[in-house]
Amino acid sequence: MAVREGLLTLLAERPRHGYELKAAFEASTGELWRLNTGQIYTTLERLARDGLVEPDPGAGDDERRRPYRLTGAGRAEVEAWLRAPIGSDSPPRDELVMKVLLAARRGPTTALALIDAQRHQLLSTLHDLRRDQRAGGDDLAARLVADAQAVRVEADLRWLDLCVDRLSGGRSTP
Amino acid sequence: MTDEPVLAMAEVTCRFADGGRAVTALDRVDLTVGAGEMVAVMGPSGSGKSTLVHVACGLVTPTGGAVTVLGRAPEPRRARRWWADMRRRHIGVVHQRLNLVPGMDALANVALPLRLAGTGERRAREAARAALAEAGVAEAAPVRAERLSVGEQQRVALARAIVGDRRLVLADEATAALDTVGAEAIAGTLADLARAGRAVLLVTHDSRLASWADRAVILRDGCVVDRVGAAT
Repeated sequence: MAVREGLLTLLAERPRHGYELKAAFEASTGELWRLNTGQIYTTLERLARDGLVEPDPGAGDDERRRPYRLTGAGRAEVEAWLRAPIGSDSPPRDELVMKVLLAARRGPTTALALIDAQRHQLLSTLHDLRRDQRAGGDDLAARLVADAQAVRVEADLRWLDLCVDRLSGGRSTP
Repeated sequence: MTDEPVLAMAEVTCRFADGGRAVTALDRVDLTVGAGEMVAVMGPSGSGKSTLVHVACGLVTPTGGAVTVLGRAPEPRRARRWWADMRRRHIGVVHQRLNLVPGMDALANVALPLRLAGTGERRAREAARAALAEAGVAEAAPVRAERLSVGEQQRVALARAIVGDRRLVLADEATAALDTVGAEAIAGTLADLARAGRAVLLVTHDSRLASWADRAVILRDGCVVDRVGAAT
């Protein structure tokens, strides 16, 4: 789940309080995910405990209106996250979508770099699937399972191609 | 078998003038395909894939960089001839459009390049039979080209691309006319051809087919932007 990283990404832009984070999160993810306010504050508390965010000292005393800002460690975590592809063989679809959307907030360059890294990851996964399949011989069940995985990965790859298309202003897709 | 790659491109650049506009179709591309190896080239349309194939078989002369096949390079003044000879002896190309000769049976179609190169009929037919078998379509030998299924035609075209022991096979979107399972089968056969010692370059926009290759090179705007699989 990328809520934690999502909030960090939004705080990297500027300090925000909980309600602002909720609105920005939902706007930047195309309303794909709705967050409840409780979830935001729990996440912020956990991030503060881990030393990644801190209350913005310039703000007032009202706890609900208190903005948070990133610490140095928080900033490092966001930058690393935005660059790294999702590592698992078939990344949860929503998490992949969310991550690209959040990266796109930084502008096309950040998003395209993430997409390239993710594509590399997915192509490597396909490559490994194929190698396993060749080693596995002619077993029909194994082949169908590998097909299922491969088709999912292909769908993700195709979506990434469409993202590149949109981000670069409607150029051709593979 | 030597360590020398069958196909090697070093810093290959291709610039064209397109209606007064300079287009860089390939930009310092490094690529090798060794004997026993299948390499996929992927990328969006317009990324330089087709130009790369044309350079690999000598139909386009790069404006920069070097291309060698089987460790050899043409003398600039004799390049056209040299490449024609390479295509006749060592390089086989399969396209989406198969260009089999209708009215001729599969065996004669596959034997044709050898016949045109001056090989005697008996030897050409023997070689054609072996190539058809390797392409997995031995039983098609006596069947006229137009009576074959699309999948069989594709395999016959593949046989024609390897006949006479051609070392380098260039497959340019060769499976695009086939259904998914048929395309997979052809990609598998290409992988087998590589394992039998040939160098196979597969150009495709289909990531699943590319995954049959030992490694993949991804082009965008004429540049290699990523490499997947074993290190080059």
